[in-house]
Amino acid sequence: MITVKDLYKSFGKLQVLNGINCHISPREVVCVIGPSGSGKSTFLRCVNQLEKPDSGTVTIDGVELTSPRTDINKVRQQVGMVFQHFNLFPHRTTLENITMAPVVIKKTNKAGAQLVARELLRKVGLSDKDDVYPAQLSGGQKQRVAIARALAMQPKVMLFDEPTSALDPEMVGEVLEVMKDLAKEGMTMMVVTHEMGFAREVGQRVLFMDEGLIVEENTPEQIFENPTNPRTQSFLSKVL
Amino acid sequence: MQLLDPHIFALNILQPILDAHGFQIVSQNMGNFLHGTLLTLEITALSVLFGMFLGLLAALLKMSRYKVLSIPGVIYIDFFRGTPLFVQILLFYFGILPLVFDASSFQAAVIVCSLNSGAYIAEIVRAGIQAVEKGQMEAARSLGMNNRQAMWHVILPQAYKVVIPPMVNEFIAMLKDTSLVAVIGAEELTHSGRILVSVTYEAAWIWGTVALIYLLLTRVLSMLGDYLERRLATE
Ligand SMILES: Nc1ncnc2c1ncn2[C@@H]1O[C@H](COP(=O)(O)OP(=O)(O)OP(=O)(O)O)[C@@H](O)[C@H]1O
Ligand SMILES: [Mg+2]
Repeated sequence: MITVKDLYKSFGKLQVLNGINCHISPREVVCVIGPSGSGKSTFLRCVNQLEKPDSGTVTIDGVELTSPRTDINKVRQQVGMVFQHFNLFPHRTTLENITMAPVVIKKTNKAGAQLVARELLRKVGLSDKDDVYPAQLSGGQKQRVAIARALAMQPKVMLFDEPTSALDPEMVGEVLEVMKDLAKEGMTMMVVTHEMGFAREVGQRVLFMDEGLIVEENTPEQIFENPTNPRTQSFLSKVL
Repeated sequence: MQLLDPHIFALNILQPILDAHGFQIVSQNMGNFLHGTLLTLEITALSVLFGMFLGLLAALLKMSRYKVLSIPGVIYIDFFRGTPLFVQILLFYFGILPLVFDASSFQAAVIVCSLNSGAYIAEIVRAGIQAVEKGQMEAARSLGMNNRQAMWHVILPQAYKVVIPPMVNEFIAMLKDTSLVAVIGAEELTHSGRILVSVTYEAAWIWGTVALIYLLLTRVLSMLGDYLERRLATE
């Protein structure tokens, strides 16, 4: 589904990604963990080309995103992204946040898009919040709307960049619940997270990143019980 | 205390004013002042309106990644912000426009003021766009919108709140600056003043009246601006 080959990325003099290779299969849920500044967000953002890698390739569903001939907007419609800080559109209601992309991009008619949007709101447990503006929502509710907004484009893959890091602790659960449901339905997911509990329970594979490299990858049981790399061991001993 | 007595006030203060020659000239020519005022408002409104289109276009050009687009944007903005409006009026009315078509002084006034206003509005718009959080563009693009769709549906609707207050200031500045087009004989408030002074010699009365009318207009506009700003803040 997603294949990443020899991905390099630097910001000025700072080398952030040092040759990332990985493959993610359809319906797989992969969690990415690692210390702050190790390049997790940059990696994820290279996957949908929000950052342009210096070299290397990203292929999704057979389409090479890094090729100049690829219509990146077309590919991004199939790759949903959820941000740490939600980035909901503050000038639009919850429902409009969700219908905007299908209406603007796919020219879906408004009524049809609203029908889908209401169904998605129900799915994330916010049926009664269709008419409010993002400013009136709690952090957890905002993130659930952001997930619904991404799902409205019917993506084949969902990318999550620390979706619960900006939330008060009591709201983390409600967002993780929605993500768990999504995983159960068979969505292909890449999740950068500090929630080791989630990685362990929902993740089928865990990638440990350090200094721009995937240093270790394995099943959650193996990574958390028997990490082999010393850097993984030292990181986990600090966070667990 | 005596001054407040309406009878004494009327006799000693009001009467001499009403009797003054200048006052009579002013009141007899109210029609001319009104005509000039309307034209000043018309030139200003048209210029700011066209200026908004030009400004939005120039701002987007200047922010483009492509040099063929951004360089014309930069040249346009720098030229009209970096030279005096007075010189622009002379240059266009006597120099450039005659090469293109036979422009009336009113048309020339609107064209030059629009171009000038557009350059200032471009910078206002650019600041407004840059004030929108970076994550908004990223969210829009990550959904699959192209740059134009993201600008139109996500960025600009948020930028306009930041843009309104400086836009009102631009309108006020333009209103005052249109007085410069009197030099090419465009009929507006300052021009009316010049004509009246040249035939009546009541400079103090007439220019005083002209100044007062400008003051009144700019006050009303800035009150309107304050009202808009308060409404946007509570929205
Ligand atoms: N746009 C940018 N310009 C310059 N430097 C950047 C940019 N984005 C990221 N960096 C730098 O690249 C490095 C890796 O950043 P990245 O956000 O990928 O790390 P991360 O693993 O996601 O960290 P965290 O857990 O704190 O989110 C950091 O040193 C960061 O400061
Ligand atoms: Mg990060």
